[in-house]
Amino acid sequence: MSEAVVSDPKAKVVIVGAGHAGGSAAAFLRQYGHEGPIVLIGEEPLLPYQRPPLSKAWLKGEADADSLALKPQEWYAEANVALRLQGVATSLNRGDRTVTLASGEVISYDFLILATGARARALPIPGADLSGVLALRTAADAEALKAALGPGKRLAVVGGGYVGLEAAASARALGAEATVIERESRVLARVACETLSTFFQDYHGARGVTFELNANVEAFEGEDGRVTGVRLKGGEVVACDAALVGVGAHPNVELAQDAGLECTGGIVVDLEARTSDPRVFAIGDVAHRPLPIYERQFRLESVPNALEQAKQAAAAIVGRAGPPPELPWFWSDQYDLKLQIAGLPFDADSTIVRGDVAAAKFAVFHLKGDLVQAVEAVNAPPEFMAGKQLIAKRTPVSKTKLADPAISMKEVAA
Amino acid sequence: MAKITYIEFDGTEHVLDVKPGLTVMEAAVKNNLPGIDADCGGACACATCHVYVDDAWADKTGEKSAMEESMLDFAENVEPNSRLSCQIKVSDALDGLVVRLPESQH
Repeated sequence: MSEAVVSDPKAKVVIVGAGHAGGSAAAFLRQYGHEGPIVLIGEEPLLPYQRPPLSKAWLKGEADADSLALKPQEWYAEANVALRLQGVATSLNRGDRTVTLASGEVISYDFLILATGARARALPIPGADLSGVLALRTAADAEALKAALGPGKRLAVVGGGYVGLEAAASARALGAEATVIERESRVLARVACETLSTFFQDYHGARGVTFELNANVEAFEGEDGRVTGVRLKGGEVVACDAALVGVGAHPNVELAQDAGLECTGGIVVDLEARTSDPRVFAIGDVAHRPLPIYERQFRLESVPNALEQAKQAAAAIVGRAGPPPELPWFWSDQYDLKLQIAGLPFDADSTIVRGDVAAAKFAVFHLKGDLVQAVEAVNAPPEFMAGKQLIAKRTPVSKTKLADPAISMKEVAA
Repeated sequence: MAKITYIEFDGTEHVLDVKPGLTVMEAAVKNNLPGIDADCGGACACATCHVYVDDAWADKTGEKSAMEESMLDFAENVEPNSRLSCQIKVSDALDGLVVRLPESQH
């Protein structure tokens, strides 16, 4: 692999993974003027689509396959993007520059983009394969979950993360009961601060969701092959008509790992989304990437990251400047709440709460000294947007001004 | 169907026939128009679907929600006729709408 690798807008690009990152990479390649052939391989039978609505609008019947698709069917033919839907890539030969599918087809590439994403983690406990025990990753999962929800139905949610809480909110909107079972002492334990955890639990609780915290799941109980309850260690059983397991996701690194690419809890890449092989890129949920502001590598699971890395890879292949650097950001919609998070609270040594938690309009800032590292904003777009600027520009702030809602964020950020 | 014209910053015009019910953003993204990023897919969470609505159409595109106002307040190069295109739903009443795109969404 010692020859110089130049960008080549006429090169053949193969993309493994037709999710948000993979689908967007194909679109950005064409948008940036890439002329060479593009082959897009995906395991699902669907064209690339947005996953965030699966736990929200889709469950509530407010979205369909058409509205979720990133691009309509016609776009792929018009853009000369060859599709291999229900294509499972089983091996990668970097010497020959080929990808082999389960069907036996061997596809050659000049550049390869791995966008294999992450798969929902399953609980290896008795009853896990009962009908009604569901994950929520794909549209097929969402179909099954939607069918199980309705007035009077009971949903047991294992895992108090974003997937679980969003599904619980959607379940309530459909008139179903929801109980969230969480291993830690608070919800969103891995991804948000205590103030936020308490706020969300209270908000859900006020809307009829019940919680079992510090709870470990021992088994799924069932009757006639269908789940009837979730048994906790200690013997208590949470009765249910369906159980959603939202306990995190494994990055699908196997193809890369078997081919000798460097992986550390994700396929390791640089700021062009390039792996240890200059002809191979990795983007989206599967990638372990540099976070310049935080001076560390990390694996992000977010749509903005999928998009940013898709742009990085497409730009590198075509030979144009990459997108301006972004900081990690996320959003979650539950009930009438919009949670927007900018940055990650690495190295933070203090927090400041700005606004009115009781009125569900507030933000929690995480600072390292007088620099904002991250902000978690609930129904507070100015705090989110100004927070993003403060984090990106590394502008020191006055903690007193930040804590005072009478002083606008524009003034704080000036 | 409503005819919507999108004018890029460099003056390039794109005219789309849009099915009522889609938002101005969705129509642009589904047709891979450059200049509207829409990172959050229409959740009013990112302000990267920013457009300038031609003055003649300002009152036909509806009122901004408080969320949209707040998000726009911090977008780049905001003008009085700025809107987040994910919040403008297309209907027959918008047939002929013209929107201009900003130089950059980021």
